[in-house]
Amino acid sequence: MTPEMLLNLSIVILLIPILDFAFLIFFGKKLGRASGFIGTSVLGIDLILALIVAFVRLTQYPNETMQQYKFDWINLGNTSVTLGIGIDNLTAIMLIVVTLISFLVHLFSMEYMREDSRFSRFYAYLGLFTFSMLGIVIANNFLNMFIFWELVGVSSYLLIGFWYEKDSAANAGKKAFIVNRIGDLGFLIGLMIIYSTYGTFIFEDVFGKIHAGILPFNSGFWLTLMGILVFGGAIGKSAQFPLHVWLPDAMEGPTPVSALIHAATMVAAGVYLTARVYPMFTADALLFIAYIGALTAFIAATIAITQVDFKRVLAYSTVSQLGYMVMGLGVGAFTSGFMHLVTHAWFKALLFLASGSVIHAMHHSMHKAHNHDMDPQDIRNMGGLRKTMPITYITFLFATIAISGIPFTSGFLSKDGILAGTLAFGELSGHWFIPIAGFGAAAITAFYMFRLTIIAFHGKPKTSIAEHTHENNGFITIPLIILAVLSLWFFYSMNPLNPDEGWFHQRTQAPQSAVPASLMWNFMNPEKEINANENINVSNNRLHTISNELNKTGIPAFLVTHTLVSQPKVETEFKETLHHAHVPAMILSLIVAISGIILSFVYYQFKVYDPDSIVNLYPWLYKGSFNKWFFDEIYQATFINGTIGLAKVGAWFDFNVIDGIVNFVAAIGRGLGHITGIFDFHIIDGLVNLSAKISGWLGTALRKPQSGTIQAYLVLTVLGLVVLILLFI
Amino acid sequence: MEIGLTHFLIISGILFSLGLFGIATRKNAIMVLMSMELILNSANINFIAFSRFGGFNMEGQIAALFVIILAAAEVAVALAIVLNIYQNYHHVNVDEINKLKG
Repeated sequence: MTPEMLLNLSIVILLIPILDFAFLIFFGKKLGRASGFIGTSVLGIDLILALIVAFVRLTQYPNETMQQYKFDWINLGNTSVTLGIGIDNLTAIMLIVVTLISFLVHLFSMEYMREDSRFSRFYAYLGLFTFSMLGIVIANNFLNMFIFWELVGVSSYLLIGFWYEKDSAANAGKKAFIVNRIGDLGFLIGLMIIYSTYGTFIFEDVFGKIHAGILPFNSGFWLTLMGILVFGGAIGKSAQFPLHVWLPDAMEGPTPVSALIHAATMVAAGVYLTARVYPMFTADALLFIAYIGALTAFIAATIAITQVDFKRVLAYSTVSQLGYMVMGLGVGAFTSGFMHLVTHAWFKALLFLASGSVIHAMHHSMHKAHNHDMDPQDIRNMGGLRKTMPITYITFLFATIAISGIPFTSGFLSKDGILAGTLAFGELSGHWFIPIAGFGAAAITAFYMFRLTIIAFHGKPKTSIAEHTHENNGFITIPLIILAVLSLWFFYSMNPLNPDEGWFHQRTQAPQSAVPASLMWNFMNPEKEINANENINVSNNRLHTISNELNKTGIPAFLVTHTLVSQPKVETEFKETLHHAHVPAMILSLIVAISGIILSFVYYQFKVYDPDSIVNLYPWLYKGSFNKWFFDEIYQATFINGTIGLAKVGAWFDFNVIDGIVNFVAAIGRGLGHITGIFDFHIIDGLVNLSAKISGWLGTALRKPQSGTIQAYLVLTVLGLVVLILLFI
Repeated sequence: MEIGLTHFLIISGILFSLGLFGIATRKNAIMVLMSMELILNSANINFIAFSRFGGFNMEGQIAALFVIILAAAEVAVALAIVLNIYQNYHHVNVDEINKLKG
């Protein structure tokens, strides 16, 4: 298959869901339940095409740089805005992730949303979301990415607020949208800096100019800031600290939506963006990213311990795992960070769909018992579901083991890589907080995930509702089984303990950094080694690149590859340390994961100790965690009330000062008007009336002789004539 | 006594005065028209008299003929007006027709 065919096919993949959306939004009402079949089968076709594209790209062209189309969107004099699409290894993998999860969620929703009155609308929105997400994935420039980024935000808003009759859902939609705006503002400012400095949005051209030494405002600080601002978009979309507050509330949406958007794909878009623009991050920007990720991973994990809503535990777990990915990218463990995106997508989608299965079963059971007051999502009402819902239980257990990072699962491969990266990073840079937070969060993750499993599925049913639940049908269980199988190790690497030789790692190597050497981490700078032994090789390679890829400005594009074959073989200090850190990290992460699991069994399964005893021992810790460390309250008190207060001050200022000035000016005007009014009435009008009256008097006086009698006139004429004659003669 | 220019002028003056008096005093529009004829004829007498006693030329007489023709035309128009007035007012009293009163 030629590269052109590959690109054309990926455009088809992009366009199929939007046609699906348009069709369902206009004809959905008439189609009724058939719209579900249409949406699902259309996505099935999309999935097959995506699998073909990804397979061809990853087998035929794994070593090539991005294959892309570019076209000028706007021409303004000498400047132009170029858009385009491109396919490289990351894109190919993401295409599978998005279309497969979207397909499974479509399938799942056939049963889960069966009774909803806006069934076809739901499928239309899913199509819109899939289109937007695919747009992000195959963008080859910042502007395309930003456009689809916002479209994803819109579809997320529509789907969170899908049950808008509930106030909480409508508010959650608004909250998600507004919080995302804050991050997107940073992204937008970053884009402005990029365009005003480089005059292009295409990734490789921007990187090329950075590589050629062109910096915004000629300062490394601005390059760092530019990276952080662009990363700001990821902070919002991937729910990183301090903008993570929207994601737990987004669980008000239907559960399939939570699985598709708020667990597997959209929230991973921020991580994808970070990976995509990875070459432009300076050392300081990467450190910032690593700290944000570490803080997010740790804080969210501590909150997840005490939540009682099934979906909220998973939501905080998602936030925590997204923190992992970001942290992995920040410390330089690019491959593991990106791999965690993919593996997490499978097992977190599985966790959410399984929770959907449980909630669906609870709903049915409540419906049969005519009980409508209970919260079907509260884990304290569950228990014993292991017996009644075996398939859901087993698949959920698979995902729980994977997220805890136990060997022979996909989660172990990626998580362990990230933790090794943090360990190496801590050793080389001295920032030990990051590995400590990483390992701490790993232990807590294992603990709270098994707490959730044990409380919800093990033991005896806590309510009669839970006792009478039943396993759901194939629409729900088949996606669960597929995702459970995907959480096994052999899809990524044959060696369950070390993924380095697997196809995934081979094809998603970290790209070279484009920033000047002085702004890189010393230990990630390949030049140090190259100067010693491979100088000639590199300069040859650069010449080759320059002669091939001169763009309009004469500055060569910075070509990003994700394989080692076409790159000069560079061994940075970081990679070496990472290699050494692998085994200790593996042992350490296994120890923390297993101790977390054992602890949760001790507390919740065997009840050796009562969890309440710890609550009583440290009540403030429990309260803080249970109330999500009061983030919402703090934001309410500071930003929201601050904004409202500022608005009130502004309103007061408007009412009293601005309005006062306006009224004062108006009063002056009115006073002047009165004076001129008096002048007009008495003097001008007086003069006019006087002249009119004079005319009147004259008219009355002169009317008298006008008797109308001709004979009188004649007499007067004759008399006048006589007078004239007497006068002149 | 030789009849001279002066006598003619006196006759013409008397005729003119009678006409003027008639116009000023008569109520009936027909009478006013007739008085106007008197004035015209007094002018005719003047023309003829000056023609006879002045330069013995025909110009005065021709002018008199013109005046007669003019008078005929004028009477035709004036009688038409009077007829119309009569149709509107059912009388022809000049002093009661004062629509032009200011």
